[in-house]
Amino acid sequence: MEIIKIERKVLAKNDAIASENRKLFTDSGVFTVNMVSSPGSGKTSLVERIIQHFGGRLNISVIEGDVQTDLDAQRVGAYNVPVVQIITNGGCHLEANLVKDSLSALDLVKTDLLIIENVGNLVCPAGYDLGEDMKMVVISVTEGDDKPLKYPKMFMNSKVLVINKVDLLPYVNCNIAGLKENALKVNPDLVILETSCTSGAGINELCDFIEKSI
Amino acid sequence: MHELSLAKDIIDTVKQSLPAEELPKVRKIVLEIGTYSGVVSDSLNFSFEAITTDTELNEAELEIIEIPFRLKCNLCSNETEPEFPMMLCGNCGSSNTVVLSGDELKIKELKILEN
Repeated sequence: MEIIKIERKVLAKNDAIASENRKLFTDSGVFTVNMVSSPGSGKTSLVERIIQHFGGRLNISVIEGDVQTDLDAQRVGAYNVPVVQIITNGGCHLEANLVKDSLSALDLVKTDLLIIENVGNLVCPAGYDLGEDMKMVVISVTEGDDKPLKYPKMFMNSKVLVINKVDLLPYVNCNIAGLKENALKVNPDLVILETSCTSGAGINELCDFIEKSI
Repeated sequence: MHELSLAKDIIDTVKQSLPAEELPKVRKIVLEIGTYSGVVSDSLNFSFEAITTDTELNEAELEIIEIPFRLKCNLCSNETEPEFPMMLCGNCGSSNTVVLSGDELKIKELKILEN
C-alpha cells in the first residue's frame, strides 16, 4: 500500500470559516456570544431578559438556530432587535458557514453584541467554532447536577456557565453546590452565575458580566 | 449525530487530496481521534459507510487511532492520563493543569493500492 500523508484537521474547513467570521466581528467591533445548552433550559428567555436589561443602551443582534420553525425569531423580534433565524432542517448544531451566510441580513457595524443561540443540544455544538468571542453554556436546575460530568466537552469549552431556573430549586432534586463542583472539576476556570428568567434573579449580574467582557 | 457531517468533511478532504481516478484505490483513511473529541467512532463508521456505498470510495474504510486524554500539571510537572473528564492532575490532584492531548480530530494519512 502506498501511504499519502494528509495531516489535516477534519474540521479545518469549519475552522477556517470561523476565523473569517471572527475577523469580521473584530473589525466591526462586535462582541459575539455563542449560547449553548440542552433544549428547554431557557436560552431564548435569557436572550429576552438580556435585551430588556440593556434596553437599547447596547445594540444587540441575534441569530437563532433551530431544527425547525422560526418561533424563537418571532419571540426575540418582538423586542425590536435585528434577528435572523437559521433553520437547520434536522442538523443538530450550527456550523460556521451557516452563521457566515446569515450575516448578510445583519448590520454588524451597528451591532455591539451579537448573541448566537445555538441548536438545543449539549453534545454536537461543542465541537464547532462559529467565530464567537465566548461560549456561554446554560443549564437549568431541572436537568440535574451531574450534567457537567456527563457532557464535559461543552463545559470545558465554555467561559461561563449560567445556572438557570433557580426559582425552581425548592421543588427539584438538584444539589446546586454539587453541580458547581462538577462543573469546576471539568473546567476550573469556568465563571458560574445563577439566574431566573421568571423572577429576574441574577439577570443584572449576568448582564454586568457580559458588558465587562465586551 | 454530527458524525454524518464529519464523514462528509472527511470525504471532501480525500477528494481534494487525490486525482479523481485514484479515489477507487483508497483502502484506508487513517484518522486520529482524541478521547474527548466528542466523536463516537461507531457512528462515524456507520455514517461513512452509508454515504460511500456505491461511490468511488466504496472500498475505503476508516482506520481510527485513539489518542488518550493527557494532562500536564503546572505544579508538580507530571504528565498523567487521569480519568476523563477530570481536569485534575493524576499525581497531585491540582486543578492547575494544561491539556496535552485528547481533543484530536484529524485525517492523518491515506493508504491506497499501488499501481
